[in-house]
Amino acid sequence: MARIPLRDLCGARSGDKGDISDLSLFADDEAAFEVIKAEVTAERVKALFGSLVQGEVVRYEAANVWALKFVMQAALGGGAPRSLRSDNLGKTFGAALLRLEIEVPDEVAAASVRRGRRAPLDAWRT
Amino acid sequence: MTGTVRIGGGQGFYGDGIEPVADVLDAGVDYLVCEALAELTLAILQKDRQRDESLGYTRDLPLYLRVALPHILDGRTKFITNAGGINPIAAGRAAVAAAKAAGANGLKVATVVGDDVRPLAEQGVIDLPDDTLFANAYLGARPIVDALQQGADVVITGRVADASLFVAPLVHEFGWSWEDWDRLAAGVAIGHLLECSGQVAGGNYSGAWWENPDPMRVGFPLAECEADGSAVITKPDKTGGMVTFDTVREQLLYEVHDPAHYLNPDATADFTSLAVEDQGRDRVRVSGARGGPPPASYKALRCTPAGWSGEVRMAYSWPDAEAKARAALHFIRTKAEQRGVVVDEWCEEFFGAGAYWGERSDCEPPEVVGRLAWRCADAETASAVARSVGVLGLSGPPTISGTGRDRGGKPTQLLAVDPFPVDKALVDAQVRVDVQEV
Repeated sequence: MARIPLRDLCGARSGDKGDISDLSLFADDEAAFEVIKAEVTAERVKALFGSLVQGEVVRYEAANVWALKFVMQAALGGGAPRSLRSDNLGKTFGAALLRLEIEVPDEVAAASVRRGRRAPLDAWRT
Repeated sequence: MTGTVRIGGGQGFYGDGIEPVADVLDAGVDYLVCEALAELTLAILQKDRQRDESLGYTRDLPLYLRVALPHILDGRTKFITNAGGINPIAAGRAAVAAAKAAGANGLKVATVVGDDVRPLAEQGVIDLPDDTLFANAYLGARPIVDALQQGADVVITGRVADASLFVAPLVHEFGWSWEDWDRLAAGVAIGHLLECSGQVAGGNYSGAWWENPDPMRVGFPLAECEADGSAVITKPDKTGGMVTFDTVREQLLYEVHDPAHYLNPDATADFTSLAVEDQGRDRVRVSGARGGPPPASYKALRCTPAGWSGEVRMAYSWPDAEAKARAALHFIRTKAEQRGVVVDEWCEEFFGAGAYWGERSDCEPPEVVGRLAWRCADAETASAVARSVGVLGLSGPPTISGTGRDRGGKPTQLLAVDPFPVDKALVDAQVRVDVQEV
């Protein structure tokens, strides 16, 4: 088994509806999907966000696209037009989830195309 | 029997790009659909309308219309948008004016009104808080279909559900029944995939975003739709970005909550039933959508005042950058308390030192930006907090610098926007479609 951050296994996108933050977590194949289904529970996600998320976290599955969804209540400081936070839409929450470290079978970790992939700095120097 | 219907996603929010719309039009679309309204947008439009009763719609509507008009006047493309915001009548006038200025003749412009549910509160059939600033139901596709059947070339609506803007032309073209849940759910899926413009085509992509081809001109999407509800999501040739399995599924699940029950006023869509097939070359086929009846009520949003905020930012350099920024924010808070300024809520953030999630780094950052935001009952109190910020320049921690020309603590009104259900029959009874010829 390897312990890796979700960043090395998954993609993620987050959005908002009122004070609800809505996260999607994407695995790249069936094996990785089974791993995140077992490891990334609503309880762990709730614990990861701590005081940022005041309400409950409910998890849904979309096996057709190897994805988990997390719907987090009372998560955005009252909702975008009411919130004092700079990230009032919770656009960074998907990335926040990618910090979570999980236990992954070695072969699943090794097969991940996302592992160790980093954005280059040199391409954007002007 | 209608063949393939091509629909372009021309806008994802108020302030989106204009140039990609020309590429979508040149690629040839039967309908250009511009989705202009996020929840936050309605609050922005409310502030516009508070200043000027003739506003309250997204003011970039004429820009989009002007780009599309040559195609519309040629009969190649019809234009559907919810740019009407909380004032569709004014938006309709703006659209007519833009069309006249462009020399339009014989153009039919439809305006859909009736999503504003405040009249229902005035009649006493629903309850709204006395200080409600706007209250609008999310209408479905029906009034747009009605407008298209009356021959409209341009349809301007207020708060219609994003995906329903796209469901409407599919129902109109293919003659789908309003009880054909699987077909309507397919339309919802297609609409949902197109409604955020570049976000299905490489924008906001969480994977290897840096590998986006030609990222400075990410294309807007279009769908080639079939009568059975299947569609290919693609983008115009020679535009940047990419349409792949990965970019499509990131948009498919965006903000939908329970993916097996995505609630829309026309149908409840099961996105977990959708087959998503990457055909290569920026073409992704979606098919097999299943659906069921929509919720019995319309979802509506009501907006009420929620106080006033102010905020300031200041940057400090190494050494001890974070400690300095923390000391500076503490300075402003303490001064406000000493002067008896009543603040209902504070928000402290330290960019470079865990602003978003409280994440800490072991290394000492070369600089930290401290951000202090606050909420007070009124604008005057909110602006009073910022009075001590300048004092930091000579009496606070060393190495302060600006962060550009920010608003310097100028107050902003906060708004609470809350969802609530409204009886469909009550709303439908007041929905009206006005078609006028330019």
